[in-house]
Amino acid sequence: MKSRIILWILTVALLIALPPAVLAIGQPFYLDLVRRVMIFAIAAISLNLILGYGGLVSFGHAAYLGIGGYAVGILGFYGFHNGWLQWGVAIGASALVAAAIGAVSVRTSGIYFIMITLAFTQMLYYLGISLEEYGGDDGMRLKARSQFPLIDLGDPVVFYYLVLAFMLLSVYFTYRIVNSRFGMVLRAAKSNEARSRAIGFSPYPYRLAAFVIAGAMCGLAGALLVNHTNYLTPDFMHWTRSGEVMFMVILGGMASTAGPVLGAFALLLVEDLLSGWTEHWQVILGPLLILSVVFFRRGLAGMFYKPDA
Amino acid sequence: MLEIRGLTKSFGALRATDAVDLDVQEGETLAIIGPNGAGKTTLISQLAGNLRPDAGTIRFAGEDITRLPAPKRSRKGFARSFQITSVYPDFTALENVALAVQAHAGHSFRFWRPTRGDAALTGPARRVLEEVGLGARSDVLAVNMSHGEHRQLEVAMALATRPRLLLLDEPMAGMGIEESQLMISLLASLKGGHTIVLVEHDMDAVFRLADRIAVLVYGRVIATDSPEKIKMNEEVRKAYLGEEA
Repeated sequence: MKSRIILWILTVALLIALPPAVLAIGQPFYLDLVRRVMIFAIAAISLNLILGYGGLVSFGHAAYLGIGGYAVGILGFYGFHNGWLQWGVAIGASALVAAAIGAVSVRTSGIYFIMITLAFTQMLYYLGISLEEYGGDDGMRLKARSQFPLIDLGDPVVFYYLVLAFMLLSVYFTYRIVNSRFGMVLRAAKSNEARSRAIGFSPYPYRLAAFVIAGAMCGLAGALLVNHTNYLTPDFMHWTRSGEVMFMVILGGMASTAGPVLGAFALLLVEDLLSGWTEHWQVILGPLLILSVVFFRRGLAGMFYKPDA
Repeated sequence: MLEIRGLTKSFGALRATDAVDLDVQEGETLAIIGPNGAGKTTLISQLAGNLRPDAGTIRFAGEDITRLPAPKRSRKGFARSFQITSVYPDFTALENVALAVQAHAGHSFRFWRPTRGDAALTGPARRVLEEVGLGARSDVLAVNMSHGEHRQLEVAMALATRPRLLLLDEPMAGMGIEESQLMISLLASLKGGHTIVLVEHDMDAVFRLADRIAVLVYGRVIATDSPEKIKMNEEVRKAYLGEEA
């Protein structure tokens, strides 16, 4: 436990020290890269809540990246640049859509759940393509980043620290949830549903609530992502995006606090490294991912895992 | 307290439960015995709400609960242990039992406070663990416990819900002689204070614990009587006890 806290402190210290360091060596590109990684880490943390702790294999989590992105993009399109409004709508709309998708899908399990979540996300993806007004297939450029008093997202360093803060908050928030009464019900239902029902839990409302929380959190990641890219496109919701986020969770370690963060860093940094070497980087990444899943049964976080009793 | 009338369940052509009538009185221990495949687990599953009967009714304290799902039955005071161990393997013994306490402590939409230090949950959970003899093992992960301990843990989880009716599906299954004796004395200590429906193969246990015995053969109850009379019953001896006697 203690060693894990030390690792966290070191990681946070490193991430705080990064901007002045990369600016000093004249490589601001890395700021951009790590900011993007941390945004995806938030998405992965949110997915881990339902996938890792809840056992709900959602193959449509990118839907909320899209909804968060579209909320910011569309409001900006009509001249509403107020960040509180944009991000509030991003989170609220994601929660609403998650409630609707969840109400239908959470009752099912296994392959049906995977397929339904995938199908809903594909629907939203094609809806995005059909919205010609907002760029349709090509997407559209943001007129301006979300505007907050005192915080200027146009400043890459400020934006970086904001994303870092949100990522750490997401980690802490999830950590609290999964150890609360609510989290215990969620994890118990994943571990042994028959047992849960026998002692008096109906898992459905708890799973649905977790699904909504995860959707809302990922909606925030979507709002961050569209500000990061300055560009809104339906690709936010493409099924490969859902797969990518899912892979971060699995690679990093399901049902662990640090797992999704490790997974996001590992996947996106390796991807960046390989794509710098060769155009066919996916040919190398694929086998690497397979090997990592075979050798790290508990994900990368499993390297720090010590069996309790 | 429990009235079962005309309960019937078929799997294809097989009548696993065939027009079963049974009554369980408050405070008594009713044992259900019968050869393998007689439909004992099928019957328990219908009582617990895991399986829906094709016909018949189950009334509990005067209320028809035939179609009530398992979680709601639990909240009415049913508790079940499973024939095949069913615990939460990745949780400690304490966490397993605390979850059972939590299930009966109002809703669980509480998102912030950790359950680990929550005395409202761990207090009763520790007491029940002491009661079943697992007090010293409360911080062990269930996956690392022995088979006998799993059975004790199942009973602990059932007790933690403060049940009015205990449905125990072969609590002695797969136990060694010593473990069985421990379990029998544990159940004997619960007897009287709880209403118990016990499915069991171990005749020693059945005759020591049961106030009445129902004999199930091919899904039918062929006799329900006191242990002494069941021992003497010709039909029962032929169908079941004869194999061992």
